[in-house]
Amino acid sequence: MNLPIQTQMSNQTSTGAANHSNHKVTVRNVNVFYGDKKALENVRLDIPAQQVTALIGPSGCGKSTFLRCINRMNDVVDGCRVEGEIKLDGEDIYARGVDVVHLRARVGIVFQKPNPFPKSIYDNVAYGPKIHGLVSNRTEMDEIVMTSLEKAGLLAEVQDRLEAPGTSLSGGQQQRLCIARAIAVQPEVILMDEPCSALDPIATARIEELIDELKENFTIIMVTHSMQQAARVSQKTAFFHMGELVEQGDTTEIFTRPKDERTQAYITGRIG
Amino acid sequence: MNNQSTNSERIQAGLKKRYRAEKRFQYYGIAAIAIAIAFLLIMFAAIGIRGVGAFQQTHIALTVTLDEAHVQDNDWQGIVKASMRNTFPEVTSRRDKKLLYKVMSSGAGFDLQALVKETPSLVGQTKTVWLPSSDDIDMLMKGSIDRTVAEDDRRVSDKEIAWVDQLIDKDAIELQFNKRFFTGGDSREPELAGVLGSIMGSFYSLLVCFLLSFPLGIMAAMYLEEFAPKNKWTDMVEVNINNLAAVPSIVYGLLGMALFLNLFILPRSAPLVGGMVLALMTLPTIIIAARAAMRAVPPSIREAALGIGASPVQTVLHHVLPLALPGMLTGTILGMARALGETAPLLMIGMVAFIVDIPTGIMDSATALPVQIFLWADSPERAFSERTSAAIIVLLVFLITMNLGATLLRKMFERRW
Repeated sequence: MNLPIQTQMSNQTSTGAANHSNHKVTVRNVNVFYGDKKALENVRLDIPAQQVTALIGPSGCGKSTFLRCINRMNDVVDGCRVEGEIKLDGEDIYARGVDVVHLRARVGIVFQKPNPFPKSIYDNVAYGPKIHGLVSNRTEMDEIVMTSLEKAGLLAEVQDRLEAPGTSLSGGQQQRLCIARAIAVQPEVILMDEPCSALDPIATARIEELIDELKENFTIIMVTHSMQQAARVSQKTAFFHMGELVEQGDTTEIFTRPKDERTQAYITGRIG
Repeated sequence: MNNQSTNSERIQAGLKKRYRAEKRFQYYGIAAIAIAIAFLLIMFAAIGIRGVGAFQQTHIALTVTLDEAHVQDNDWQGIVKASMRNTFPEVTSRRDKKLLYKVMSSGAGFDLQALVKETPSLVGQTKTVWLPSSDDIDMLMKGSIDRTVAEDDRRVSDKEIAWVDQLIDKDAIELQFNKRFFTGGDSREPELAGVLGSIMGSFYSLLVCFLLSFPLGIMAAMYLEEFAPKNKWTDMVEVNINNLAAVPSIVYGLLGMALFLNLFILPRSAPLVGGMVLALMTLPTIIIAARAAMRAVPPSIREAALGIGASPVQTVLHHVLPLALPGMLTGTILGMARALGETAPLLMIGMVAFIVDIPTGIMDSATALPVQIFLWADSPERAFSERTSAAIIVLLVFLITMNLGATLLRKMFERRW
């Protein structure tokens, strides 16, 4: 499902078309400010389609801020200002006339702390398709809910209690419910903001497996504090430090032969 | 090592003092609560003891002859008087007869009228009925008038006491449940006065108040909390709302008088205007409570909704509002409870008038329960002071019920996340 978004920057897309061919998201010269404070400086990053890109770096380095720029969740933060361009399929998402609601339907997000709605499991998953009018009857809705839960690896556990409140699930199950809720809208990109930081190792392993499966259908960008996790699940890694994108590349490269000494210091545990 | 042991000793020595201080602090708290509860109990007891008498009223058994002549003349009180003369045939002088008639309530005839209206076949018959006595006799029966005081210093004369004693001997006088107190409107005669008129006035006022202030308050709170840009204008609005919540209620009464009565020419004494004034007064309270309730909804819920592409309005209507509703309702009910107890603004818009009829709509002249209490408290008759306390009991019952309702509503709608 490839929904076109309106843009006024079509002249630029043609020139960069070759670059964008296999890059789902391209980021150029992005600066982010919170009031007067600069949170991100001059970020330039390409995110390949159907892969997992991990954003790593010490706390406060701006990786979550960057992640939230990609579906414009920062719009609701007071005093937050984004400069530069972020393109999704070659179209600038900060261009005038871009509908944020539409953008967020294309770029889903899973937060650090599981945050299911205080509604039933079924309603949690069904909410997205319902507000976007993706289904016309109950049968279609049932199907979307079931497939989404299935893809999120949760169906077997909740099949017989779909009407139970989403908040009654365990932490790991809640997080998978949130993933199911995100993929029910059938987005193209899924952003994950430290999805496992509130979970125990077993639940974490399940989510990591799930992320690995999901990359078949979605482009995944995840923020993580755990370098082992980044090494396990991602194909690309970007290292942020003090609001700056220090280094990016293949995960294996970054972890075995970092070019920048700050990256080396971080992955060997000397900073961060 | 040495240093460590002295440290430990010091801590040990200080511990006792610390625990004592903690105990003392707890006792202060318990004492504060005990004092508060004691005052509350004293208040309830004082009102209860003084007011409970009003739920009973002295009735006298009279053998009345419902002859057609009187019925046709509608002279119901005449029937009562005739019956009194028959009961006390020894009373002959004009003056004494007048005194005798005053033993019965001037409203006793209305009871007869109602009786005949119910069963018209009674006309022409003789029947024994219980009819209300006057308030002075009622007070005498309830022991509020001291028989040992000199005759000139008390409200009932020796003759009246003698008649009452005769009735007591015949078992023809007793305290009965005072139904009229709950079904009647106001009256100049304490024994005929009831609270229903003012309850209905309060009900209609609160209805208007709720219908105006709840939607307005929720909409205002929703806009300010969720959609309004944060700038000096919204800051100013917020400061003003907080200030309005602290404005003395009589000021709202003055505003209502100037605006609703003089400018919009709405009817004086009507629950419509009373409700509008109370709505003005309640609005800031509701807005503040509703905003607090919305602020208590965790931001993660908003982010979750926005994150899957809900629009800001959808986010608020589908997620924030349902979660904030119990808090909003609680705030509203507490605001309503305050409005129910409010007297001052209603005085300014004429709801303090003496109104006998029970209002049947928001445009009828009416008074409100607290105003009724104020009016009765101002009346010289001893029986009215009893009814004042009884009306306070009624008001307190309503207030406690509303607060209980608020608690139950919150319990019922509360959801965890």
